[in-house]
Amino acid sequence: MSILVVLEGSGSRWHPLSWEALSAGQRLAVESGLPLAAAVIGEAGDAASKQLDHVWTATHPLLAGYTADGYAAAVEQVIQHVKPTLVLFPHTYQVRDFAPKVATRFGQVLASDVIRLRLEDGRPVAVRQLFQGKLTSEVRFSGSGPVFVSIQAGAYRADQSQPGSAAVEAVPITLDPAAIRSRAEEPFREAAGTVDLTAADIIVSVGRGIREKDNIALVEELAQALGGELAASRPICDNGWLPMDRQVGSSGQTVSPKLYVAVGISGAIQHLVGMKGSKTIVAINKDSEAPIFEVADYGIVGDLFEVVPALVAEIRKAKGS
Amino acid sequence: MKIVVAVKQVPARDSQLRLAADGRWIDDSELSFEINEPDAYALEEALQLKEKKGGEVIVLCAGPARAATSIREALAKGADRAIHIEEDKLESVDTLGVARLLAKAIEAEKPDLVLTGLQSDDLGYGQTGVVLGELLGLPHATIVMQVELDEAEVRVKRELEGGWFQYVTMPLPAVLTIQSGINKLRYATLMGIKKAKSKPVQNLSIAQLGGLPVPVAERTRVYLPERSKQTELIPGEPREAAAKLVEKLRFEARVI
Ligand SMILES: Cc1cc2nc3c(=O)[nH]c(=O)nc-3n(C[C@H](O)[C@H](O)[C@H](O)COP(=O)(O)OP(=O)(O)OC[C@H]3O[C@@H](n4cnc5c(N)ncnc54)[C@H](O)[C@@H]3O)c2cc1C
Repeated sequence: MSILVVLEGSGSRWHPLSWEALSAGQRLAVESGLPLAAAVIGEAGDAASKQLDHVWTATHPLLAGYTADGYAAAVEQVIQHVKPTLVLFPHTYQVRDFAPKVATRFGQVLASDVIRLRLEDGRPVAVRQLFQGKLTSEVRFSGSGPVFVSIQAGAYRADQSQPGSAAVEAVPITLDPAAIRSRAEEPFREAAGTVDLTAADIIVSVGRGIREKDNIALVEELAQALGGELAASRPICDNGWLPMDRQVGSSGQTVSPKLYVAVGISGAIQHLVGMKGSKTIVAINKDSEAPIFEVADYGIVGDLFEVVPALVAEIRKAKGS
Repeated sequence: MKIVVAVKQVPARDSQLRLAADGRWIDDSELSFEINEPDAYALEEALQLKEKKGGEVIVLCAGPARAATSIREALAKGADRAIHIEEDKLESVDTLGVARLLAKAIEAEKPDLVLTGLQSDDLGYGQTGVVLGELLGLPHATIVMQVELDEAEVRVKRELEGGWFQYVTMPLPAVLTIQSGINKLRYATLMGIKKAKSKPVQNLSIAQLGGLPVPVAERTRVYLPERSKQTELIPGEPREAAAKLVEKLRFEARVI
């Protein structure tokens, strides 16, 4: 039995979630005494100076750029070579794109976006959220292949991943150019936005609880009263009610202001990753069970249409004095 | 152009969720249901592609009898026909099992394009589309924000993290998982609703598809999240709560 963490990145350029997944793997290895290895597509680089028994590298000219077909084949071959019983990934967009393919080839399901992983009688139990964080569930595994798990952003701490030194070894990879069916172009950003939310000290962010475009003025007024920037959750930008450069979250901006006020935002993980580093978080939500309260320092459970105007009045009063 | 759109029926957003007695799922007896949001965007994309290129849009849904309302809604919006894999016990089947059922139904149709949402709002595994691609032997792309169709190829704009994007091109047939916000959803018209009544819905039983798949990943427990952080909830009427909050932000947190 052994654990394999598939890292994203190589050499000196890494996805930050790689070290969180590594940290999850290291913790499990300590708890279980199981050997721990990492897999890297490309050069081992920094991975060789982590506490690991092994770093397995997969290199091939066809792996120079990411494709789902190429990466799935490479990771499949590494797994066949290393024969781990548990395979961990960071839950990144790239992992979402190819890891389920790999799991399927082994007759398994990728337990995705897992927040905690433990062993019970030597068998993995994965804890993951349902309904965008409103419920939690436990998943247990059967079947003959290895268990596949991807670790949610922020579930384990990257700074707790342990340094050390690992033996680096290459896994021979064979790839057929014809098996790579898609062609990827260079990544790009949309026309540079005018709003740099990362520089703001105070951000007031509006979510779907606002119901209609016209109601956004209410929250804008709160932002003005506080002297802060207006931001939003994804559905608000999807609807075109605010431009995308005001979106906070995994596909928008990552912010850490002194004060972040979330108005009518449920607190899905893709939003939380973009704002949970804020110094003080205030949530206004009518649902006391909303996951946003898991990260909020202060909360008001109530109807935003009553709370926000009252807040604007109180702030004006306080600032006027 | 023949397009299959896989849609799932999920509890309506903002539902008050209660746990089922066996502690393995929710008690859904008093909930209302809707089409999973990213799947609704996938359906809209299929309808728009059909309007541009012609062809047929087939809605595919695995779910209990109540899913018929979501299927009718999709037909009312403009899908041509539907396939309903009707089964009450799908809650115990894992993603791979559901994908296997869907794949069998899709294989028989030989579509040019398979669309589905990038993840479901209830289970959130985010992999049905990718697994479908693998099972069907088709290329795929995930988190798609734009689709450009050619005769033999499709070029898509994929969303990457932190506001980045990338174009990817692959041969047809292909499977795409659609991200919310790719287009603007339409409402069903009265005419559409009327027409939907006579559109064909093929019912497939699990038996016809080879039986209920045995899960390899089993949900053994569902519970309310344990809160690790103590949020200071500020009680009182809105005015009172607002005044207290402002005081806290000024003198305790010192952020305003
Ligand atoms: C790949 C991927 C990337 C994503 N990227 C992002 C991203 O970058 N940013 C992002 O935000 N999301 C992102 N999402 C979407 C994310 O999963 C959630 O769907 C989204 O954050 C939900 O937005 P919301 O909280 O505004 O809406 P909802 O989840 O619908 O929540 C609305 C909230 O408003 C509350 N409410 C309703 N009425 C009132 C009222 N009158 N008063 C007070 N409260 C009220 C409700 O209780 C509820 O909690 C992404 C998803 C995926 C799959």
